[in-house]
Amino acid sequence: MKIGKIWPYILLIIGSVVMIFPFVWMLSTSFKAPMDIFNLSIFPESPTLANYIQIIEESMFIKWFLNSIIIALITTISVLFFDTLVGYIIAKFSFVGRTVLFILILSTLMVPTEMLIIPWYMMSSDFGWADTYWGVLFPGLMTGFGVFLMRQFMEKIPEDLLNAARIDGMNEYAIFFKIAVPQVWPAISALGIFTFLSNWNAFLWPLIVIESASLRTLPVGLSFFSSGEAESKWHLIMTGATISVIPLILVFILLQRHIIKGITLTGMK
Amino acid sequence: MEQQNYSLKQDPEYTPRPNKKSIIKKFRGSQKLQKYLFVYSCLLLPILFYFGIRIIPTLFTFNVGFRDWNLLSTGAQPFVGFENYLTLFKDEVFIKSLLNTGVYIVLGVVGQLLFGIIVALLLHKINRFVGLFRVIYFIPYVTSIVAISWVFQWILMGNGIINDVLVNLGIPPQPFLNSPDQAIYVIIAAMIWQAIGFQMVLFLAGLENIPDMLYEASEIDGATPWQKFWHVTFPLLNPTIVFSAVIGTITFIQVSFTQVINMSVDGSGGPLNSTLSVVVYIYQLAFQQFDMGLASAATVILFLFIMALTIFQMKVLTKKFDY
Repeated sequence: MKIGKIWPYILLIIGSVVMIFPFVWMLSTSFKAPMDIFNLSIFPESPTLANYIQIIEESMFIKWFLNSIIIALITTISVLFFDTLVGYIIAKFSFVGRTVLFILILSTLMVPTEMLIIPWYMMSSDFGWADTYWGVLFPGLMTGFGVFLMRQFMEKIPEDLLNAARIDGMNEYAIFFKIAVPQVWPAISALGIFTFLSNWNAFLWPLIVIESASLRTLPVGLSFFSSGEAESKWHLIMTGATISVIPLILVFILLQRHIIKGITLTGMK
Repeated sequence: MEQQNYSLKQDPEYTPRPNKKSIIKKFRGSQKLQKYLFVYSCLLLPILFYFGIRIIPTLFTFNVGFRDWNLLSTGAQPFVGFENYLTLFKDEVFIKSLLNTGVYIVLGVVGQLLFGIIVALLLHKINRFVGLFRVIYFIPYVTSIVAISWVFQWILMGNGIINDVLVNLGIPPQPFLNSPDQAIYVIIAAMIWQAIGFQMVLFLAGLENIPDMLYEASEIDGATPWQKFWHVTFPLLNPTIVFSAVIGTITFIQVSFTQVINMSVDGSGGPLNSTLSVVVYIYQLAFQQFDMGLASAATVILFLFIMALTIFQMKVLTKKFDY
């Protein structure tokens, strides 16, 4: 009976090693001097910060990092605002064109992004949006998924609660922000986390729309860096990878309860 | 029903009963006006967005797919009917990329569901350190695919750590990403590795929703653990499996681009196109050869491919179980 209780732990620990090892090896390489990287010890013999100093001084990682944060933050704020608002309106108001609008928004969910990159690219070059922050941002400002999700949650808000506020003379904007939004806060934070993550990791569209090196996002920057200027300099590539991976892992560990709850909440609808 | 009459109706057809006082009518009238003002003012930008950036571009792609449209040649973009589609289906590289995408999706989605369920079941069995294991298995999901792809390249290099371990175990070193036979599976393994945590969380939630009563009942009936899994757990996890499979398929198609660009030896689906996915090929057609007509036709095929797959998954995986 005792062995039966222990084997799940053994399997999970083996799995954990597989999950963690790539990160350990990445970190370890990033602290090694160039000639030590093929020395296959997990703990560097003479750990050095030289790789980090070199990367920060000679390439644009800090700039790329800031670009990624700015783009992911603006997109997330826009998605949260508009998707919540549209979800609320579709759930709680009847107006001419409501069903048509909802079906149109849902239908955009069926179309993969890949199908839109060509028209977006043409739009961007015609309107002069290519190679700007706006060019990276504009396709993601609202999402069909978010509207769908928020509508589900908004529908559960009791009508009486909103009407009570109306009778008290609150205007519709105040009702949305002060009554409706607090009711669906868990869903909003889940949507926010996912939107941020997917924009932080976005690769295809930023790769297409950005031309100048200083406007690259972190994934695009790292990709060019690793195949270009740092080719085969694995100590530098691993340092770049560490810079793009570790902040997100730390944020995740801080917010892990919310993130895991968020997946469960949104996934189980 | 009676209750509804007291609440302020949102129905535009609603008229207050005639015996109400006029002041209430006025109040309601202004409320209705305010509501309409609110609804349409708030919907203005979203409607513009969905039409301008989602719906019209989608239709535009269909249009471009029927034209000879190359950005390098100036001048007209003549309508050529299904010619782009015919060219694509005669193009061996495109067919190869479609087949590869099929392999990515089938192995990748099955793999992540399988490992997701296994980890969730193991976590469900234990009662200590559940939170810690959950965090560990979930970490890869929040990390940048680009960064991780380069880490895997580094680990799996000819003289990298994995080959070193293999040699020490007496196994000959493997070419991994340099081999046309192994590269695609290495990339799929990396994709599965990154997605296990996400699937695990979904399945854990699914498992927690299964009432203990059902397990107790099956225990009384003398069911073996395997029977318990097959007749209680599996059917009740069915909605989760369908959801995970659909989500997994859609994300895999997109992720395959990032992973292939950053993991394949030449950065474009090599060696010998063995890791080329449809999205990578579309990218090459559109942004390296600037043949927008051909690329658009390929995205339309991708769209139909995803749609067919989603419908198939919903039909096949959604089974009705009787108890």
